[in-house]
Amino acid sequence: MILVVAEHTNGSLSKSSYELTEAARNLKREGPITLLVLGSGVGAIASQAAQLADQVLVGDLPELADYDVEIWAAAIAQIAEEGEAHTVLMGATRSARECSPRVAVKLDAPLIEDAISLVDVDGSLEAEHYTFLTRVTERVRATGPIVVATIKPGAFAPAKPNAEAAEQYDIELTLPQRRLVVTGRATEKSERVALADADIVVAGGRGLVTPEAFTELVEGLADHLGAAVAATRAVVDAGWRPYSEQVGQTGKTVQPKIYWALGISGAVQHLSGMGKSKLIIAVNKDADAPIFKETDYGIVGDVKDIVPALLSELNKTA
Amino acid sequence: MRILAVIRQVPDAEESIKLKDGKVDLSSSKLVIDTMDEYGIEQALRLRDAVPGSEVVVLAVGPERCEQALRGALAMGADRAVLVVAEAFLDAIAVSDVVAQIARKEQADLILCGGQQADWDSQALGAATAERLAWPQVTWTNALTIEGGQLVGRHDIDAGTEEFTLALPAVITTQQGLNEPRYPTLPNIMKAKKKELRKDPISDYGVTPRLEVLGAEVQVRARRRTILDGKDARLAAAQLVDLLRKEARVI
Repeated sequence: MILVVAEHTNGSLSKSSYELTEAARNLKREGPITLLVLGSGVGAIASQAAQLADQVLVGDLPELADYDVEIWAAAIAQIAEEGEAHTVLMGATRSARECSPRVAVKLDAPLIEDAISLVDVDGSLEAEHYTFLTRVTERVRATGPIVVATIKPGAFAPAKPNAEAAEQYDIELTLPQRRLVVTGRATEKSERVALADADIVVAGGRGLVTPEAFTELVEGLADHLGAAVAATRAVVDAGWRPYSEQVGQTGKTVQPKIYWALGISGAVQHLSGMGKSKLIIAVNKDADAPIFKETDYGIVGDVKDIVPALLSELNKTA
Repeated sequence: MRILAVIRQVPDAEESIKLKDGKVDLSSSKLVIDTMDEYGIEQALRLRDAVPGSEVVVLAVGPERCEQALRGALAMGADRAVLVVAEAFLDAIAVSDVVAQIARKEQADLILCGGQQADWDSQALGAATAERLAWPQVTWTNALTIEGGQLVGRHDIDAGTEEFTLALPAVITTQQGLNEPRYPTLPNIMKAKKKELRKDPISDYGVTPRLEVLGAEVQVRARRRTILDGKDARLAAAQLVDLLRKEARVI
């Protein structure tokens, strides 16, 4: 079977789960596409998963209320072994990226990370993925009776639901003890569309000069466009914005239809997180800023002048 | 306490990557210690200094040229170095096998490595090593101390941060923000030349990678690069909105 580890947040199946399912369908490998739903109180999520999968395996246990990498890896590897999976597909969240290597080692399987394409060639899996801070696209081949792969968000279209819901099965799991003791957690919630899922992203950098200007101009434009807000490392380090908004090598990788870079110079670490966006629009007062090399449309000017002018222009013609 | 800091030698982030015969060719690239690993070296040194009798061993698995990166880590203050010489491509899962074997042999208590390697763009090395050793792991750590023999720290999770405590042995992956890595001083660079650097051939470790690179492409996305002068903000804004509507057709 193809085991797809479903991702979910706030009681709902994540967009990535639909994309993972599409990747699984595209593979055309034999056996049922099996969505694995792990968590506590995940009945509604499992029902959503049933619309996509050939079968759904549900681990709905109090011990799974909070994610723990060792517990998740043990559960996924156990199900992969029991179901004789030949393919295990996982998402590209931090947790999936840190869990997938443990699953691969447990299963003695090769690991493909952050695949943007995935095909079966004579029983091996071939994939493309970005390397060298996304400057290179490499084609790799993973061989073995079982392969683990994580799929890059946006690389596959979301799968369409099936006409009929698949069967759901409760699973029994043998779980290890939690060793990491979590003593505090600060989660960041936003009213806006999630950064990873957004079609439009408005990002701000040091060029905004103050956190107040960031709020007014970047959030202002984002709200007008129904976009997600993103920030550079420098701005997050300065404490203006939460880490969850950081795009770049040490933050999130995004690939929206439109990426607005406001007051962002375009350091390679930032470009590696957004350089694959379909359309990039930049506003920066330095005409020599590297961001303009990666720009479809740019304005050389002060964001403080340009963004209000843009907002009034957009309002005028809306 | 024995701390193993795992490093990679990667091309400088500002360098463009060259290809030869459809594969990445680093022979003319400026190569540096992966910046993510520098945070690991620095943190290893700080933890060593906080716990008397500790030692920092720095490890690289890669071509002969990695000696230079290891000398750099020794110049920062690491006590000794191990280079497992592997000229051919090895993926993170394969390298984790070597790291785990060395951690056992060295009886390491703590392994530090970068959260993501700037050549593989992989986040697997720390986690895969932890699994092979049956150790716990914490990824994307941005604060780390030792209190009463326990690790205490903070790390990034899917949506926010988490504070944790964890007993040793463990694997920790590092990132920017954890610390400010020190620059090697000239006397320390001189001293580093005399520090122990052991070389083992990869054949000692019996590792067979099951991920193979078939080819590589350097993709340059053709950008329109239509850059407008913003001296007159209203005019530039009007031009941009017009282009987005009529040319790009995105609004």
